[in-house]
Amino acid sequence: MWLYSLIFYLLAAVILSSTLLAITRRNLVHMVIYLIISFFGTGLLFFLLGAPLLAALEVIIYAGAIMVLFLFIIMTTPSEGDQEKLKGEDPTCQSCGPIRLLHTGLPILLATTLLVVAGLFIFADPEIRVALNPAMASPAVFGRFLFERYWFPVEVASFLLFVGLVGAWYLGRDGLGASSMARVPQSEEAESENRGEA
Amino acid sequence: MVVYGQVILLGMMLFVIGGACVLIRRNLIMILIGVEIMLNAAGIVFIAASLRWGALDGQAFVIFIMAVAAAEVAVGLALIVYCQGRSGSINADTYNTLKG
Repeated sequence: MWLYSLIFYLLAAVILSSTLLAITRRNLVHMVIYLIISFFGTGLLFFLLGAPLLAALEVIIYAGAIMVLFLFIIMTTPSEGDQEKLKGEDPTCQSCGPIRLLHTGLPILLATTLLVVAGLFIFADPEIRVALNPAMASPAVFGRFLFERYWFPVEVASFLLFVGLVGAWYLGRDGLGASSMARVPQSEEAESENRGEA
Repeated sequence: MVVYGQVILLGMMLFVIGGACVLIRRNLIMILIGVEIMLNAAGIVFIAASLRWGALDGQAFVIFIMAVAAAEVAVGLALIVYCQGRSGSINADTYNTLKG
C-alpha cells in the first residue's frame, strides 16, 4: 500500500512544480510544454484515484486539444514574448516602487492568506485523515451511470459546446476579423485622434 | 495509502497557483491559462471526493467541468484573437479605454 502513497507524492510534486514553472515562464511556448507535463501528471493522478475514463479524457482534451489550441494562438498572434512584464513592473515608471510591491505582493499575500484559512477550516475536520481505498470505476459502468442519472446535463453540455462553436465562429469570421486586422497599423493614430477629441 | 486531506491540499495549492497566474500576469493568454489551472484543480478534488464516498457523481461533474473548460477556451481564444486584431496588443493593461 505504501506504493500508492509514493506514486501520489511523486505525481503531486511533478504537477505542482511543472505548474509553478509554467506560470512563471515569459516564453509562452515553454509555458505550454510545462503545462502539458502538468496535465499528463493530472491524468495519471486521475488513474490512481480510480477514474480511467477521465484520465484518458484529461490527456485527450486538456493536454491534447486545449493546449494545441493555445499553441496555435501563441504562434499566430504576435505577442510581446520575452518583453512581458509582471503587473506593476513598469520600466518607464521610476518612482513607483511601493506600487510595484503592491501589485505583485498583494495578490500573493491574499492568496497565501486564503490558502492558510481554507486549510485551517478543512483540516479542523477529523474525517480529513480518512485513507482512500483503491477502487476503479470501469468506463462502461461510468458511462452507463452518466447516461442514466445525468442524461439532461449531458445534453446541456453538448448544447454549451455548440454555443461555444458558434461563438468562436462568429468572433473569428472574415467580416469581423479582416476589417479589424486591416486597422492594426493605424491603431496608434486612431488612439491619438481619440485623445485629441477628448 | 493516499490520504483524502492530502489530495484536497494538492487541489487547493493548484487552485491558488492558477489564481495567482490570473492576478499577476498581464498577458491575456496567461490569464486564460490561469483559469484552466483552476478548473483542473477543481476536477482533482471532485475525483478524490468521488473515491472517498464511493459515488460516481463526482466523476460525472468532472465531465461537465471539461465541457465547460473546452467551451471557455474556444470562445476565450477567439475573443483574444479578435481583441488583438482590434487593438494590436494582448496586454491586459492596454484595455483601459473606460479609464477616461
